[in-house]
Amino acid sequence: MTAALDPRVVAERLAAAVPGAVRAADSTALVVEPARLPEAVRYLADDADLDLSYLSNLTAVDRETHFEVVYHLQSLDRNHMLTLKTLADDHDAPRVPSLVACFHGAHLQEREVYDLMGIRFDGHPDLRRMFLWDGFPGFPLRKDFLGMPGDLRAGLPGFPHESGRNAWPVPGGTPQIPEG
Amino acid sequence: MCPESPPTSTRSEPVVVNLGPQHPSTHGVFRLKVTLDGEVVQDADMIIGYLHRSMEKLAEERTFTQNIPFTDRIDYLAAMSNNLAYCLAVEKLADIQVPPRAQWFRVLFAELQRIASHSLANGTFVNDCGAWQTPLMYMFREREKVLDMFEMTCGARLTTNYMRIGGVAFDPPPELLPAVRAFLDEMPDRIAEYASLTVDNEILVVRSRGVGVISAEAAINASLSGPVLRGSGVPWDLRKADPYCVYDQLDFDVPVGRNGDCYDRFIVRLEEVRQSVHILKQVVDNIPGGPWLTDVPLHLRPPEAEAYARVESPRGELGFYVVSDGGPTPLRFHCRAPSLINLTALKQMSVGGTLADAIVTLGSIDIVVGEIDR
Repeated sequence: MTAALDPRVVAERLAAAVPGAVRAADSTALVVEPARLPEAVRYLADDADLDLSYLSNLTAVDRETHFEVVYHLQSLDRNHMLTLKTLADDHDAPRVPSLVACFHGAHLQEREVYDLMGIRFDGHPDLRRMFLWDGFPGFPLRKDFLGMPGDLRAGLPGFPHESGRNAWPVPGGTPQIPEG
Repeated sequence: MCPESPPTSTRSEPVVVNLGPQHPSTHGVFRLKVTLDGEVVQDADMIIGYLHRSMEKLAEERTFTQNIPFTDRIDYLAAMSNNLAYCLAVEKLADIQVPPRAQWFRVLFAELQRIASHSLANGTFVNDCGAWQTPLMYMFREREKVLDMFEMTCGARLTTNYMRIGGVAFDPPPELLPAVRAFLDEMPDRIAEYASLTVDNEILVVRSRGVGVISAEAAINASLSGPVLRGSGVPWDLRKADPYCVYDQLDFDVPVGRNGDCYDRFIVRLEEVRQSVHILKQVVDNIPGGPWLTDVPLHLRPPEAEAYARVESPRGELGFYVVSDGGPTPLRFHCRAPSLINLTALKQMSVGGTLADAIVTLGSIDIVVGEIDR
């Protein structure tokens, strides 16, 4: 069974080895400062006890005020795993350092995040659009992509017939089904 | 002794050749732009996205249950594995327990799917090596039988949509287990037949041994997974390393290669079919009774959390990262696609070889374009 490393324990070690790298840590994830990300990841990969040298997954989440870039790091020898995050605070022009120098496996995954989420990875050798074509307007996985006027948004605000939560903001009030 | 040829004054310059988007070697709508110096590949760049259906965005507008059919269409050659990985992620997120009968059926169908997918992968790989269609059609015969079993269980052959959050959709009909047993009884002979046709076949060996080599260190650094990683000699199989469902109760081996070339990847897949048959023999006799689906609220609202669950799909580590904000739909739905990430090393594997070797290398990675583009 792959053990989940306690991010708070790793945070203590990381803070001692790379000062100023840790921003926060809770039971689910270790959040590092974007400026110190490459050094922090290099330490996590090279440390003999941590040995997090396999980048399992790389993706990003749009939190509306900022972007969260999520890395799932794995140790093949010690069979444990850590969820590492870094934050791109500027929602209009998000950028974080690239990890391609440390993990070749980040190459296509960072390109994918750039293509769909619009986060620039500084230092990536070949940051181009991947699924969409050059000149495609916008980044579709952002929450404000294809935003509609007013509070109308794509998606489900609640389940149909769920009492009190089925609140579609319809201009002019909820349409009534005429009787008879 | 041939006399030395005199130096020529001919100048040459690299030629750019597009393989695809429609080309038999690319197994889908995939374009590989290679720069050639004579026959030798100097650079390889892939152009993808022809099958991009924006599934991750679409999934943010549908409920957790409504997203299961999307996962079929991500990797349409291993729909059961995709269903399973997504359901595991949501079950982890919402802390849902799965009844034992469903756990065993999940393993049964995931392994049948592996046999079907590896049969297709090996058939097309041998096809790429020059054995035009005959082995492929032999291997399709076994795949057909697996697809018939899927059809008997859930009515669909490719896009099965069979797993549910909290179990499986239907209890299989009584004819299923006898059909699986009959299939398992004939499978060892079939595998021996394929092995006798291919493993020592001189053409296949010459075309694939020492071609598309990647070392274990480079494979780990490039985040490769599945038979491509194991072909390089890394014994990393999530069914052993991070067992899900009931894999911790099953006995099987993890085959690994030695040289990390195309031939080793082919042999690893062939051996994995043998191991899947071995697993299935243990599964069919041990399926417990009881319910196959647990009660999951129709209006499923997982708590505000995130979960990453992964399975060993036929192509490698297939993971789903699902984030919930407590609403009816996922805030983020991400699929870690092994086909895409295994392509990271394609350039490394093919530069320096000939164009014909690049096609064999691409065939040995076993891509599914639906999964690359999503």
